[in-house]
Amino acid sequence: MTMADHKTNKDQRYDRQLRLWGDHGQEALENAHVCLVNAAASGTEILKNLVLPGIGAFTIVDGHRVSGEDVGNNFFLSSDSVGKNRAQATTELLQELNTDVSGNFVEENPDRLLDNDPEFFHRFSLVIAVQLEESTCLRLGSVLWNAAVPFLVCRTYGLVGYMRLVVREHTVVESHPDNALEDLRLDQPFPELTNHITSYDLDNMEKKDHSHTPWVIIVAKYLQKWCREHDFQLPRNYKEKEAFRQLLREGIRKNENGTPEEEENFDEAIKNVNTALNPSKIPTAVEDLFNAEQCENITSQSPAFWVMVRAVRDFVQAEGRGSLPVRGTIPDMIADSDKFISLQNVYRERALQDAAAVSRHVESHLQAVGKLPECISEQDIRLFCKNAAFLRVVHCRALVEEYGVDTVHKDEITSCMDNPDSEMVLYLMLRSVDCFYQQHSRYPGVYNYQVEDDIVRLKLCVHSLLQEYGLTVNVKDDYVHEFCRYGAAEPHTVAAFMGGAAAQEAIKLITHQFVPFNNTFIYNAMAQTSATFQL
Amino acid sequence: MALDVGSSGDWDGRWRHVQKFLERSGPFTHPDFEPSEETLQFLLETCKILVIGAGGLGCELLKNLALSGFRHIHVVDMDTIDVSNLNRQFLFRSKDVGHPKAEVAADFINSRVPGCHVVPHFKKIQEFDESFYRQFHIIVCGLDSIIARRWMNGMLLSLLVYDDGVLDPSSIIPLIDGGTEGFKGNARVILPGMTACIDCTLELYPPQINFPMCTIASMPRLPEHCIEYARILQWPKEKPFGDGVALDGDNPEHIHWVFQKSLERAAEFNIIGVTYRLTQGVVKRIIPAVASTNAVIAGTVPSRENTALFAYVPLNNYLVFNDVDGLYTYTFEAERKENCSACSQVPQKLQFPPSAKLQEVLEYLTENASLQMKSPAITATLEGKNKTLYLQTVASIEEKTRPNLCKTLKELGLADGQELAVADVTTPQTVLFKLNFTS
Repeated sequence: MTMADHKTNKDQRYDRQLRLWGDHGQEALENAHVCLVNAAASGTEILKNLVLPGIGAFTIVDGHRVSGEDVGNNFFLSSDSVGKNRAQATTELLQELNTDVSGNFVEENPDRLLDNDPEFFHRFSLVIAVQLEESTCLRLGSVLWNAAVPFLVCRTYGLVGYMRLVVREHTVVESHPDNALEDLRLDQPFPELTNHITSYDLDNMEKKDHSHTPWVIIVAKYLQKWCREHDFQLPRNYKEKEAFRQLLREGIRKNENGTPEEEENFDEAIKNVNTALNPSKIPTAVEDLFNAEQCENITSQSPAFWVMVRAVRDFVQAEGRGSLPVRGTIPDMIADSDKFISLQNVYRERALQDAAAVSRHVESHLQAVGKLPECISEQDIRLFCKNAAFLRVVHCRALVEEYGVDTVHKDEITSCMDNPDSEMVLYLMLRSVDCFYQQHSRYPGVYNYQVEDDIVRLKLCVHSLLQEYGLTVNVKDDYVHEFCRYGAAEPHTVAAFMGGAAAQEAIKLITHQFVPFNNTFIYNAMAQTSATFQL
Repeated sequence: MALDVGSSGDWDGRWRHVQKFLERSGPFTHPDFEPSEETLQFLLETCKILVIGAGGLGCELLKNLALSGFRHIHVVDMDTIDVSNLNRQFLFRSKDVGHPKAEVAADFINSRVPGCHVVPHFKKIQEFDESFYRQFHIIVCGLDSIIARRWMNGMLLSLLVYDDGVLDPSSIIPLIDGGTEGFKGNARVILPGMTACIDCTLELYPPQINFPMCTIASMPRLPEHCIEYARILQWPKEKPFGDGVALDGDNPEHIHWVFQKSLERAAEFNIIGVTYRLTQGVVKRIIPAVASTNAVIAGTVPSRENTALFAYVPLNNYLVFNDVDGLYTYTFEAERKENCSACSQVPQKLQFPPSAKLQEVLEYLTENASLQMKSPAITATLEGKNKTLYLQTVASIEEKTRPNLCKTLKELGLADGQELAVADVTTPQTVLFKLNFTS
């Protein structure tokens, strides 16, 4: 197969996902190398959902030998896997899913690797650990935090799913918000827009042109009229907006009998008054980025993201006159082709101009720290400007802070537990079974004969955990009983759910598109509910 | 190392993860749940499940069911495998392209999960009747069509038995229905005759985007308008691949033709943005899809088989999921519609003046948000005989009955209080309407 054939084949194979994250997102995926610690069912399900979309490479670290129980709940083990090293056996069956992906395995206990070669983990784009004991998890977390490698912890414990994201700083340019407001600048039209609006003479147009004038022009025209009569104040409250809408209604052409014609573009204008007149403000989230230390101090180590944030801040203070670069897109609206395209071009050209201005700021910062302007491409700058209103930065603090007695988020935990059936109780139970493991080197209720006595022991663990952290909350006995019932089982369907959830978060981290959760996700498979906490 | 496989085909510890839920009691289980070793036996030996669709959701469902102890599984899918399926339908490989999904999926599961017997059916769901569907304890749907869902819904409703107006619970076959689109998905439990059915909540399904014809024909603004122009207007006129050759979205040559024509149209109006990918997307109405969302939704499904599996009572029957920004789930109770045309047994009414034309009735049946029929066929009993007033799906009958559309209800001989029987692809059973004349 030629290179061209291979590319076409890949385009076809990945078509349905390319429509979500684009070719550049796919490229990021194909350059990523993910490490999975423990090839339990939760882990192989996560990897399945990364191998199928074409992750570059994966490496599984696992010292366990495959047991009969493992084969029972893991799709990537077969009956002749028993006794083999689990990393090796699962790698074979995962690799087989997609020949574009490079699969590797290390037959080693993660504790041993952390003892002998912690730098092993530095090479990965992301490390995912599943079903990992607390002590090893904390050790690994520490190594990865210091190396600035993102860490995703995932666990299936009975009918409870858990995920924790640990990442110092994750920046997102393309967050793809679901309901973004349009950037039309009707409250502060830029000069080219004003000129374009002026070129329209609504009163003296032909009927056909009048009915096919874009609603944006109509609102802008009538806004000019309104402003002259209202001391240059835009309609602000409901009463004024209603009065403005009435003004638009009166603008609809009437026929010989005096009845209003059908002018759908005017209907559109009236419908859009509410949102069109919203002040073009810089979102708080973006203001926060402008005020961040990383934006203030640009060095040669600064990631491209922060250089661009700074450049946009500079733009806002200069050419932008307090506004972000124009986005450049407009929604479809009733209009004839010419009028729509020329209006669209006005926004598009302004966006290009603004991006060019931002680019000059980028260049001057790069030069100031001794870097070449080619470091950050025009394409990246334009993409950044287009998404300037939707930039997001996520910080998920280190595990050591979550676990620290002085740094635990006591208030978050206590206030959630005002509802004793909040998913927070499931988090406290997971922490408690970890305490149990520390004390007894096993999880509670694994064997039937243990269940009854372990309920008492687990309750003691809950009590000591709450005391250690000074948490005055009530953990109902029912949950202690339930967690003994689970016997640390990993039912496949819950592992499959978590496999999907975690894989998507991994894809977000690798592609820097869409926004990852922050920082603890709990899934209750009994009630089919979930919650996200910041711990 | 060879596993010591017992006579049942099982090895030591195989079902340990599942057994803890079936054999141990717990504080949150259903009040009627009795922990017992027999439940696992029921799953392994007796329980029969039907999975409809062997695509994105179907593959995940088959895997989840097989690893949860279900052995007697049937799967129905009328499609063959396409390259674009391979990014998520993990039971298929490149070599399987062109083969029936149901068959390849069944083979894969049966060989990977010893003891599991998946029986494939390379057929449309409509090719089976009540006797087929009646044999299953639960039916799970991973369909990509609302019409097919409604048909399935109607089929299970038709199986319900009423003794003196009281529903016989043993005639209820639970239906679990899942759907995904990009990073969004939903899963719901339907107990036909008891809980909300598909038709009860038709308004929840977003309407399909269709651009107005005048925009397409004379005022294009978006690249999509140019593509629809080539598809809807130019193709039928120019018949580029011969008379009567319909546009096939899976034929790259056809798509290429549409793409070229769209580019020409776009150039005429200075519209940018027509790409091959967009062309394909518009023509085939492609919905973006990834493995992860299907994994999540399919992961909720076996849990929703309440009593059969983990004996938890689902508080709410409809679950919604979205992981665009963080992860979001929401469950609620979808309520039954009092006058649902599918499940309420309330006779449906049609209110029209006698001077109304049959065309108006047809439009009502297709446009009404609660009915949303696709191509209804209307019959009535006139002078003791069953007469077809209008039928679209057979060309010769359509031609013959078309003049009736312009006739008034009075002219057609219909009387106040008359029953009209309407058949449609959205339901396996005819829907009866009572015609009430308004003044």
